[in-house]
Amino acid sequence: MIKKIVNIFKKVNEDQNPWKDEKSDKVYAVAALFNTPDEIIHAAEKVSNSGYNDFDVNTPYPVHGMDDAMKLKPTRLGWFSFALGLTGTLTALGMIFYMNGIDYNNIIGGKPFFNFPSSVPVTFALTILFTGLTTVGVLIALFSKLPWLNNPLLDSEYSKATSQDKFGIYIKSTDSKFNQSEIETMFSSLGSSAVSLIYDSKVNEKKIKTPIFETGFIKILIGVGVGTAVITYFTLNWVIFQMPFDWMVIQPKVLPQEKSKIFADGFGMREPVPGTVARGFMPYEYKGMPDSLVKLLANPLPVNEKTLLTGQKRYDTYCSPCHGNYGKGDSRLRGQFPNPPTLMSEKVLNWTDGNIYHIITNGQNVMASYAKQISRDDRWAIVHYIRALQRSQNAKDSDLN
Amino acid sequence: MSYDATYTKELPLVPERNSFKEIDDVILKPVDSKPTKKWWIAISISGTALAIGLFCWTMTVLYGIGLWGNNNTVAWGFDIVNFVFWIGIGHAGTLISAILFLFRQKWRTAIARFAEAMTIFAVLCATMFVALHTGRPWLDGYLFPYPNQNAIWVNFLSPLNWDVFAVNTYFIISFVFWTIGLIPDFATMRDRTKSGIKKIVYSVLSLGWSNSNRNWQHYERAYLILAGISTPLVLSVHTIVSFDFAVSILPGWHTTIFPPYFVAGAIFSGFGMVLTVMIFVRKIFDMEHIITLDHIEKMNKILLATGTMVGYAYGMEMFMAWYSGYIFEQFTFLNRAFGPYWWAYWIMVACNVGFPQLFWFKKIRRSIPIMFILVLLVNVGMWFERFVIIVTSLHRDFLPSSWAMYYPTIYDFGILLGSFGLFFTLILLFVRVLPSVAISEIKAVAPGAQPSHKHEGGSH
Ligand code: HEC
Repeated sequence: MIKKIVNIFKKVNEDQNPWKDEKSDKVYAVAALFNTPDEIIHAAEKVSNSGYNDFDVNTPYPVHGMDDAMKLKPTRLGWFSFALGLTGTLTALGMIFYMNGIDYNNIIGGKPFFNFPSSVPVTFALTILFTGLTTVGVLIALFSKLPWLNNPLLDSEYSKATSQDKFGIYIKSTDSKFNQSEIETMFSSLGSSAVSLIYDSKVNEKKIKTPIFETGFIKILIGVGVGTAVITYFTLNWVIFQMPFDWMVIQPKVLPQEKSKIFADGFGMREPVPGTVARGFMPYEYKGMPDSLVKLLANPLPVNEKTLLTGQKRYDTYCSPCHGNYGKGDSRLRGQFPNPPTLMSEKVLNWTDGNIYHIITNGQNVMASYAKQISRDDRWAIVHYIRALQRSQNAKDSDLN
Repeated sequence: MSYDATYTKELPLVPERNSFKEIDDVILKPVDSKPTKKWWIAISISGTALAIGLFCWTMTVLYGIGLWGNNNTVAWGFDIVNFVFWIGIGHAGTLISAILFLFRQKWRTAIARFAEAMTIFAVLCATMFVALHTGRPWLDGYLFPYPNQNAIWVNFLSPLNWDVFAVNTYFIISFVFWTIGLIPDFATMRDRTKSGIKKIVYSVLSLGWSNSNRNWQHYERAYLILAGISTPLVLSVHTIVSFDFAVSILPGWHTTIFPPYFVAGAIFSGFGMVLTVMIFVRKIFDMEHIITLDHIEKMNKILLATGTMVGYAYGMEMFMAWYSGYIFEQFTFLNRAFGPYWWAYWIMVACNVGFPQLFWFKKIRRSIPIMFILVLLVNVGMWFERFVIIVTSLHRDFLPSSWAMYYPTIYDFGILLGSFGLFFTLILLFVRVLPSVAISEIKAVAPGAQPSHKHEGGSH
């Protein structure tokens, strides 16, 4: 590999085409130069009419009428473009149909997930993209058989002249009618300004018919492709986690429990301003008072199924672990804690609703206040439910009616 | 390609057929010779602008787009103004290289390569703005539909997504069109050069092109196909850009005239920019004989035509606002012309519709200094058109409580300046390293380049 690169530079210094192998003695073609477009058209007609097939014309620009003079078939390039352009259309429609119509639906103003009108712009763009890229790809690889850097013609005086201001024609030695001296006389008689021989490079031409499909080239291509992909993947994966790409992890804000320099005491978390009242907060007028003072509170909720069910739910959640499912004070907490009393005692049975409410809200001795966990209405609902429990546990015959 | 033997007027320097070598010499002179002083001055100016832009660019990436003037109400500011502005400039290149090619306008040959290069550079500048305005440009990969961990696909109902496809296709196709045209020229350069390194580079770039007619035959067809698909493409790109606005429901944006209006405006502004650059380049590189006054006059005529079309669109917008009977639409247009941004509106009208009318006079069409001022005004006017469309529609919409003004910051201006720096730096590099006129195409239209006898025919 390195030797090859060194060779390339060596040859360039000798003013040669670096990609051409050593010249062999084998004649590749007989070539002739002409000065005017008229002459070259004439020559091309003569050559094709004489029955040669393996010949070509080199001109600095496409010359009008040359395709006819050389008897070339019309190019089929357009069909490729058309077919592959259609592939683009179908690819786009299929892609949109799958992505938005099936796999990931977006609800936007109630519009259909897949709809044709909104797919048109993207479909149009992809059709053109496919057509353009394939036209060029097919032109280079299939129709022009490029890249062909070790083309024997390249770097010859003949080729240099035809890329500037001369018009050239050559007949290859592979042609069935090839006869060197015959062709040379024919070119001279046509009025050529210079007839020359072009020697083959050592690489057999057959092997490089379509150089882009050569295994070596494809291997290099795959190698470069995979290499670039891997390197890009790892570099990108590294780069995107460097500064400044912090993915919004670093944000200039104070999180709970964090220090802050802004405040004199260094705490990030602040006490509410004195007198702040939370939304929906209602002060409780008997806060901290003994229950003897709380007789006047009445239960604001009606007794119905809804309140009873809410009460049951809240009671089971908050009260039953201590007072037991039926309020008998027989929960499994017994013995591990100052025993929670039964709610079926004479005392509680004779209490007003306000007294029970007061205990939930205010707490009593070891039982803490539940005002923070349970909303006011739910507390009253629990009271209703306790009343229902009390009645069901001490049911009289008349209750059965 | 189009050939014609009546090219004499446009090519006074190379009047005879046998002086193809002189064509090579003139066109490749900037490539073959050492940079001149004029070139160094030019690139140092554009390089400075680019450096300023890069600084503001980096700051934006580091600190976010809070550095810009965009606010809640005017969420699209300079970023989108400049995006639409640059995309529009690109359109002239494709128009010249593709549409004029299809219409067999032979004079296009002298300027086509150059205009195509401008297209590519302008689209680069434009994409830079959209890429940056997403806020976290390193996540822009999500603009494309690719299978990702979130199992999310892009939304094909959104015009912004159509834009992604349109602009990328536009860039790729323009680039391919341009490179295909360069292949034969690389072959010529490969055969001329004496320097070893250049020889290697040109050999690889020319792919071993040998000017064979068996290749030319397909090459010409491919060129025609590319021109054929670029034509609808260029019309569609600005149409889709206009959908970004027209598909919304904002008064002043939600109108069906937008697509043709945007396309005409794009061609108008593009020709303005092509001329601005061309006037300089033909001076700096002594190409007055290849890019002649005749070419420039033809381009001025196109400016006149498209400028008038744009003027018609302005009038029609006003008419439709009145005729719709829709008070929000009416307010938006009154606010445009007489609200706090009245000055932007009237700069736009004056530069785009008023001054170009001077091109009715042949003297003015052929006078470089006057024309230079006029095309500069066109550039300014078209920039303001985008500003007017975007900012004045946004800043006062349905909810008066959210009305606001837009004040661009120094970073906005820095990035705008930087985009001009990028554009002109690329142009200056381009004219130094690549043939800025298509050599093989210009040879083909030189006098006597095509056979004169009766065998002529074929598929052109
Ligand atoms: C952590 C266990 C615990 C929970 C949970 C609990 N309590 Fe109590 N409760 C007690 C204890 C212990 C007492 C006795 C307090 C004392 O010593 O005066 C008590 C007392 C009471 C009394 C007064 C009974 C009396 O005879 O003095 C009532 C009424 C009461 N609780 C209702 C409730 C209600 C309603 C709930 C649900 C919101 C509840 N409790 C939740 C432990 C609990």
